[in-house]
Amino acid sequence: MTALSNPPNPVAIDTRPANHVSGAAEHADRVEPAVIQVRDLSVYYGQFHAVGGVTFDVPQNKITALIGPSGCGKSTVLRCINRMNDLVPTARVVGEINYHGVNINDPRVDPVGVRRRIGMVFQKPNPFPKSIYDNVAWGAKVNGIRANMDDLVEQCLRRAALWDEVHDKLQQSGLALSGGQQQRLCIARALANNPDVILMDEPCSALDPISTLRIEDLMRELIQDVTIVIVTHNMQQAARVSDQTVFFSLGENRMGQLIEASPTRELFTNPRDSRTEDYITGRFG
Amino acid sequence: MTAGVPPAPVEGLTSTPNLKRRQSIAAIGRWIFILATAFAIVALGALAWYIISRGWGALSWGLLTNPPSRRPERAGLNLAIYGTLWIISLTVLIAFPMGVAAAIYLEEYAPKNRWTRMLQINISNLAGVPSVVYGLLGLGIFVEWLSLGRVVLAGALTMALLSLPVIIISTQEALKAVPWSLRESAYGVGATRWQVTASHVLPAAFPAILTGAILAVSRAIGETAPLLVAGAAGFVTRRPDSFDDSYTTIPIQLYNWMARPQKEFLDLAAAGIIVLMGLLVLMNSFAIILRQHYSKKTRW
Ligand SMILES: Nc1ncnc2c1ncn2[C@@H]1O[C@H](COP(=O)(O)OP(=O)(O)OP(=O)(O)O)[C@@H](O)[C@H]1O
Ligand SMILES: [Mg+2]
Repeated sequence: MTALSNPPNPVAIDTRPANHVSGAAEHADRVEPAVIQVRDLSVYYGQFHAVGGVTFDVPQNKITALIGPSGCGKSTVLRCINRMNDLVPTARVVGEINYHGVNINDPRVDPVGVRRRIGMVFQKPNPFPKSIYDNVAWGAKVNGIRANMDDLVEQCLRRAALWDEVHDKLQQSGLALSGGQQQRLCIARALANNPDVILMDEPCSALDPISTLRIEDLMRELIQDVTIVIVTHNMQQAARVSDQTVFFSLGENRMGQLIEASPTRELFTNPRDSRTEDYITGRFG
Repeated sequence: MTAGVPPAPVEGLTSTPNLKRRQSIAAIGRWIFILATAFAIVALGALAWYIISRGWGALSWGLLTNPPSRRPERAGLNLAIYGTLWIISLTVLIAFPMGVAAAIYLEEYAPKNRWTRMLQINISNLAGVPSVVYGLLGLGIFVEWLSLGRVVLAGALTMALLSLPVIIISTQEALKAVPWSLRESAYGVGATRWQVTASHVLPAAFPAILTGAILAVSRAIGETAPLLVAGAAGFVTRRPDSFDDSYTTIPIQLYNWMARPQKEFLDLAAAGIIVLMGLLVLMNSFAIILRQHYSKKTRW
C-alpha cells in the first residue's frame, strides 16, 4: 500500500457544511489573516525542554489540527495559546505567541484577559458541579458580561447543539449528562464569553463515534464565528475536520518539535517531510 | 474453534492453591480491621457506660442552673457553661476565618518554595505542641504583655492559637482534595484566582473544611490545661457577660470537683461530663447540618 492511497481522503468523507471551501484558497499563499502566530516557542518543565522551535500560524475562521505521537508536546503548545501553562509552577515558556499582533507572553498581558478571548475545551469533559444553566452563565458572569443571562444561556446551548436535549432541565447538575452531552456543555460554556478562538484538547477522546461526529459538525458550524485549534490523536478526525494540520514529533532528548504545518489535504496526500509520511501511514507512533 | 469439541476446562476459576492463599490473606486483613473497629467501639462504650452509670443519678436541672457551691447538692455548672460557650464561640469566630484564610493562601496562592515548605513544617509541628504550652504563650502574650487580664478574650485567643494549626492543616487537605480539573476549567473561562477559589474550590471543599473545624473545636472544648494556665478562674461568682469578664469553663469546673474528697462531687463531675458530651453532640449536629446544606449546593 502506498503512502498516498492509505490516508483517508478528506474530500470523500467530508461531513462539512456546503458553505465550507476547502483546499484551493489555502493553497494560495495563505492570504487569510492569521489570528495567532506562534514564533519560535519553547516550553520547559523544570530542566526538561519539552518542546522547542515551534513556529506556525493559525488562520482565522479555520480549524487547525495538532497531531503527533504521544508526549510530543501538542497539549503543551495548545495550553500556551491561552496561558494555561502559567498554572503549572514548573513550566517556563519562551518565544512569542502573537494574538492579533499582541504578544500574549508579554509580561504586561493579563492571562485572565487572554483566557476570556481564547477559550478552552478539555480532553475529559469537566463541567462545573453546578446546574446546566450555571455552567454556561458563570463564565459570562465573572467576566462582567451584562447580557440577559437566560437568552445568553439559550443561545450558547443552541450553538453547542445541546439545547433540544436539555432545555427542560436547565437546573439539573451538568454532571448528570452523558459524556458527549457534557462535552457539548463545555463547548457552550466556552462560547458564553463570546471568544475569538477556542482551543480543544482531544475533545472527542472520551466519546462514542456518534457524539464525535456531532462535535465535528458543531466545530464546522462554529468556525463561522470563531477560530478553532484542536489536538487530536485521531487522524481521520484531523483529515475530516481541519483546514490546516500541524504535525509534531519527538526529536533528540525527547524534545517535541514541529515537523510540518500544511493545509490538511496537502499534509495527508502529499506530505513534505518523510517523518510526516511515516506517521500518517502508520509506520511510526 | 472447531464445532463439536467441548471447550477445555478453564483453570483457576475454582480454588487453586494460589487463590486459596491470597483469599486467606484477604480474610486475615478483614479480621484485623474488624478487631480494630471493635476495640475502639468497646473502649468508647465502656467509657460512656462508666460515666453514665456513675453520673446519671446526679444529673438534674440544678446542675445546669446552679452556680458553683461548696455543698454538692447546691453546686452546678451554670457559670461554667456560660464560660465555655463564650470561649468556644469567640474561638470559632477568631480561629475559623483565620485558619481557612491561611490555608487558602498556602494552598492556592503561595509559591511552592523553600520558605513556604518551612512554614508548612512549622505549622505541622505546632499542631503537635502540648496544649499547656499554648496556655503559657497565652499567659505571656495576651494576659500579661497585652494586659488583657484573666478574661474571656485572653482565653479565647489562647484557644484560637491552639486550634489554628489543626484548622489550617485540615483545610489544606480539604482544598487539596478538590480536583485540579475543576480549577482548570474555571480558569479556562477567564476567571481570576479569587473567582476560581471563591466560586468553585471553596464550595467544593467546604464540607470537608467544616469536618476539620469540628474536630479542632471539639478538642478545644475539652481542653483544661491551657485555660488553667492562661487565666481561667477556679471559682467564679458572676456570670461572664462580655469578653472582658473573668470566667471558668466546664472542664475546669469538673477538674475542681474531681479534686474534692467528697464522693458526691465525683458523681457530680461524672454528670458534668455527660453535660459536656451533650454540648459537644449539639455543636457537632449543628455543624453537620451546615455541612449537609453546603454539600447540597454543589451538584456533583
Ligand atoms: N506538568 C508537567 N510537568 C512536567 N512535565 C510535563 C508536564 N506536562 C507535560 N509534561 C511533559 O511534556 C511532554 C509533552 O507533554 P504533552 O502533554 O504536551 O504531550 P502530548 O503531545 O499532549 O501527549 P498526548 O498525546 O499523550 O496527550 C511530555 O514529555 C510530558 O511528560
Ligand atoms: Mg495531550
